[in-house]
Amino acid sequence: MVVRKTAVPMPEQGPGARIRNFDEVALGYSAEQAVEEAKRCLQCKDRPCVSGCPVEVDIPAFVKLVTEKRFPEAIRKIKETNNLPAICGRVCPQEEQCTKHCTLGKKFEPVAIGRLERFVADLELETGLPPISRAKPTGKKAAVVGSGPAGLTAAADLAKLGHEVVLFEALHKAGGVLMYGIPNFRLPKEVVGAEVGYVMSLGVKLETDMVVGKLYSIDELLKSFDAVFIGTGAGLPHFMGIPGENLPGVYSANEFLIRANLMKAYLFPEYDTPIKTGRYVVTVGGGNVAMDAARTALRLGAEESVILYRRTEREMPARIEEIKRAKEEGVKFQLLSQPVRILGSDWVKAVECMKMELGAPDESGRRRPIPVEGGNFIVDVDLVVVAIGQGPNPLIPKCTPDLRTNRDGTIQIDEKTCMTSKEGVFAGGDITTGEATVIQAMSAGKRAARSIHEYITHKDRRATGS
Amino acid sequence: MRANVVTFLHKILRKDTLTSDANLLVIEAPEIAKKCKPGQFIILRIDEPGERIPLSLADYDPRKGTVTTIFLATGKTTQELASMNEEDAIANVTGPLGTPSGIDHFGHVVLCGGGLGIAPLYPIAKALKNAGNKITVIIGARSKGLLFYEDELQSVCDQLYVTTDDGTKGRKGFVVDQLQDLLTNKKIDRVVAIGPAVMMRSIADATRPYGVSTVVSLNSIMVDGTGMCGACRVEVGGETKFTCVDGPEFDAHLVDFGLLMKRLNTYLAEEKRAKDLYNKTSMGAP
Repeated sequence: MVVRKTAVPMPEQGPGARIRNFDEVALGYSAEQAVEEAKRCLQCKDRPCVSGCPVEVDIPAFVKLVTEKRFPEAIRKIKETNNLPAICGRVCPQEEQCTKHCTLGKKFEPVAIGRLERFVADLELETGLPPISRAKPTGKKAAVVGSGPAGLTAAADLAKLGHEVVLFEALHKAGGVLMYGIPNFRLPKEVVGAEVGYVMSLGVKLETDMVVGKLYSIDELLKSFDAVFIGTGAGLPHFMGIPGENLPGVYSANEFLIRANLMKAYLFPEYDTPIKTGRYVVTVGGGNVAMDAARTALRLGAEESVILYRRTEREMPARIEEIKRAKEEGVKFQLLSQPVRILGSDWVKAVECMKMELGAPDESGRRRPIPVEGGNFIVDVDLVVVAIGQGPNPLIPKCTPDLRTNRDGTIQIDEKTCMTSKEGVFAGGDITTGEATVIQAMSAGKRAARSIHEYITHKDRRATGS
Repeated sequence: MRANVVTFLHKILRKDTLTSDANLLVIEAPEIAKKCKPGQFIILRIDEPGERIPLSLADYDPRKGTVTTIFLATGKTTQELASMNEEDAIANVTGPLGTPSGIDHFGHVVLCGGGLGIAPLYPIAKALKNAGNKITVIIGARSKGLLFYEDELQSVCDQLYVTTDDGTKGRKGFVVDQLQDLLTNKKIDRVVAIGPAVMMRSIADATRPYGVSTVVSLNSIMVDGTGMCGACRVEVGGETKFTCVDGPEFDAHLVDFGLLMKRLNTYLAEEKRAKDLYNKTSMGAP
């Protein structure tokens, strides 16, 4: 049999059409396309792809089931280790994980594992499947704080093990960054809602509008729960600390995206939350969040949406696919430029930038940008979005003094067990690592669930004296 | 599937119209009521298409499990809220948010409330009174008909002054005029001012030469209210602060009121558009 050299392309909305709506860009495989793509898998004995997956999905097994059109079994295979496949199929950086190790990828395009995962996951969300069997109730209770990828995963795994789980969310909708951060055109909110629904179908109880740290302290939770998991993410927006940054018309990416995504401000005035759009919008930063913001600005009607980044495209932390999509849509890239001052009186008018060039590599291994003498220039704008990263959410560490943190504000944990310095308290995801990926947070949620299970069981033995 | 969602129905238990546009709502929120401290606030969202709006607390009762908020029906959301009735439910209420007011034995504290800012003074005055302070309250409004909560405040202070811009009740003039008299004649250890940004700025300017420690409670625009978006950022002593978590109370002498006012104007056009649309389409509108 001759193997296709390239992956079966996934249908998508063309750039001209999609910048006028917030609907998903990539439309997903049909059953025929999925089977055709799955057949490209060589079913290698040593399964290198699995070693690249942070949650160890049995990739060759599920792909084989797809070739046999046994789709329900394929999704069940994935769900043995991955609770949120419809999300992972869309936002995982597969090129740095599973497909990076794909044997086929050594000569041709690797198997499009993410697209296959998405296909079977979406099919299940459409058709519905009986929930995965759960262990006998243990009578133990765990509190999970934060319903983003880490929290959802920890909650699902703990529920599967038979524990009673309450999931606390500060906002009015569950999903964390999946709901407030990642735009609908990349991850539809119905998909997030459906995955949250799956986690709840395992018996997890969701409490929204509860700000742990304000309404309940961690110590209070420990009185009613056998263990607490903190997965409150990287919700603290970083600013550049330059003059003019607090002028009206300057948004943090978090605010811009929360308004657009969680609050559906793109539907204003049908939805009540307003959002400012500009004709000339500048987004500062080079990560996925910056791409999301720049692409959101276009969809809100910007005539020109520009990414301002201090290094070159090669050093951008955003996924190649996201950069490509942004460019297709007409986002412009102003590289080697660093804002030094934001100008305006009642509203932002311009950004003064410093021209940069690349010097020797820094501690991140990327070439360090250094200013070019006399290279300042001015960019006229009427909206600025600052997307230079987020720090760990300080709310819980601030009000939990015996929870040890690192200098950057992340919660200290034992890497293996996710255990914090505080008895019975575990943490994982961006709150312990700083801004990382959805799948890394899920992987931490899994590790934490395992060790919370251990801890609760051990605690039980200790308590009964056996 | 939705069976596991714990929906706390935030029922409106009591509704009162205090003045022509100030409304009082007593909302069922047992968990929040247990934890409220003076100076804190809530964020509510009426329903699915609704926006999240911060509202200061005029009172709370842990025994009854209620929180009380007073608001002006000036925008689309507040008008909609004012149109709700007893037994209606609000979809989402989050709180208590913000850092509580500093309650200590200061000595003589003067609390200044302008317009809607009168409401959140009440829990603060009560707590300061219980902490053994001598309490003077000055409240002011444009006109007599816009004043409220006089009896409540009277019950927790040693001296109450009233000012109106048009002189229809109490002293003709502004709250700051009354404060100015007290500053020259009385020993004051602390001033707490809540009201429109212009009023708080004038009070900060009045107390500065006397070196009287002064705090103001800021009414910035917010979205999540938990420190995630930075919509509410203000500059205090040259540093960027988030009103929702670092505040809402700040040292009045260090707040950049000019910036606060500029940022409060961010959505004027959208607010007007939403309100006009609501008044055109909502039932019962003229």
